[in-house]
Amino acid sequence: MQTLKPAVFVLCLLPLAYCIYQVVALTLGYTHQLGADPGKAIVKFNGEWTLRFLLLTLCVTPLRQMFAWNRLAQLRRMLGLFCFSYASIHLMSYMTFLLEFRFNDIAADIVKRPFITVGFIAFMALLPLAITSNSWMVRRLQRRWKTLHKLVYVILILALIHLLWLTRSDYTEAAVYAAVGLLLLGHRIKHWIQTREVKQSQN
Amino acid sequence: MGIKPSEITDEKTYLKRREFILGAGLGIGLAAAPFMAADARSILRHTKNIGGAPWLGQAIDGATMGEPSTIETPTPYEYVSTYNNFYEFGTGKGDPASNAKKFHTDPWTVEIAGEADITGEFTLEDILTPHPLEERIYRLRCVEAWSMVIPWIGFRLGDLIKRFKPSSDAKYVRFETLYDPKQMPGQRSSFASIDYPYVEGLRMDEAMNELTLLAVGLYGKHLPPQNGAPLRLVVPWKYGFKSIKSIVKIEFTRFRPRTSWEMTNPREYGFYANVNPEVDHPRWSQATERRLPSALFRSNRLETKMFNGYAEQVAQLYSGMNLKRDF
Repeated sequence: MQTLKPAVFVLCLLPLAYCIYQVVALTLGYTHQLGADPGKAIVKFNGEWTLRFLLLTLCVTPLRQMFAWNRLAQLRRMLGLFCFSYASIHLMSYMTFLLEFRFNDIAADIVKRPFITVGFIAFMALLPLAITSNSWMVRRLQRRWKTLHKLVYVILILALIHLLWLTRSDYTEAAVYAAVGLLLLGHRIKHWIQTREVKQSQN
Repeated sequence: MGIKPSEITDEKTYLKRREFILGAGLGIGLAAAPFMAADARSILRHTKNIGGAPWLGQAIDGATMGEPSTIETPTPYEYVSTYNNFYEFGTGKGDPASNAKKFHTDPWTVEIAGEADITGEFTLEDILTPHPLEERIYRLRCVEAWSMVIPWIGFRLGDLIKRFKPSSDAKYVRFETLYDPKQMPGQRSSFASIDYPYVEGLRMDEAMNELTLLAVGLYGKHLPPQNGAPLRLVVPWKYGFKSIKSIVKIEFTRFRPRTSWEMTNPREYGFYANVNPEVDHPRWSQATERRLPSALFRSNRLETKMFNGYAEQVAQLYSGMNLKRDF
């Protein structure tokens, strides 16, 4: 099916399209759906979609293994790059709307506020993954590519801590994301133990 | 008796107000509101009907102008009533406005308890009747580093306290919000870190201060449920979470009450919670604030003032105290 990838691509753009629509409408003075603090609303919106795309990316391999649906594999890189794109918008809108590029404050936030520290580290860890996502780099790095991209599990943990630490009182939302994240991590651990047992029995 | 704000409105302002009302009718009022709210007093008197007890509505209509009031531009009603922290109705800023629509505030009773001559259950009417209402425009500074300017309708908490004759053992006043999980979805959450009902407290001299209000309205109307109807505290020199909403109990105590945020996270939230630009919250700086509504490329950032700019009225309450330790 040639249409799967383009269709998913368009779906992945929908949150961004909604965000742009809100910004344009607000700039022209039409709607107030973003509320009294539109900058913060945009930062939050893109942060949520970053985490969702991270989880979606990590769903690809387990689903492919469980349902032998190999076509899904072609979506993994694209979903990962959408995760990186929404993370970039999240970070840029935070710097633009909330900190207004006062660089002293950005530095202070990164150093002094633990939830921003982990968020920033998570973003920095995403960078090498995005840079090495093209086929040329995959070929060039060979086995090391796989090792490098295991960073995504560290990023997942950091992203969940970021959400947990910025929550003020009700942890329902953080708990749902954490449950999905831990389920996906658990699948990897189970798979890793199983393959190790197979290897050992072969020896 | 003072003069009602509507009686001193000059023609220019009146026309502006008419523009506002017409604009709202055409659906473009929202966009224009930030520029037209300069005369915010009673602007909503003719445009909104929130509900609540009719007798209370009459009392609110009779409110006079009170002092002190800031001359800063009030935050438009649409934002005051849609951007709320009232976790009993959800943690999103817009959740309280959507989830509190059917909140029952009439009939309402308030229990007065503890170290006082007169205690017991009182109807809201019993609580309010002796007190003439006044409108005061105060700054509200949230611990999350945003702020608003709100025209409250209310009366001095100190006047209420005197009626119930607290004894000399009454060193603190403890307040409690309604506990009603049927009406308040946030109280049903299994992952809430706050142990409901919400509790707040003041030292007796803070409670008796001339700035401390019990509010029943804003913008010349009943308090909307999401803003703490039918009765809430307003302590303008402290972070917003001190100004407890939908009060059902006021108790005079010998010892400092344990308040909700202090119990939830004592490292981040203190009992005093005085607005103080020099003491940062562990998760964000308190040196500046964003006056809402903020636009995308114009965030209205202001320097935060000690005691939220009310040092003249309240600084003496804390003389000799180390406010970095007792934050």
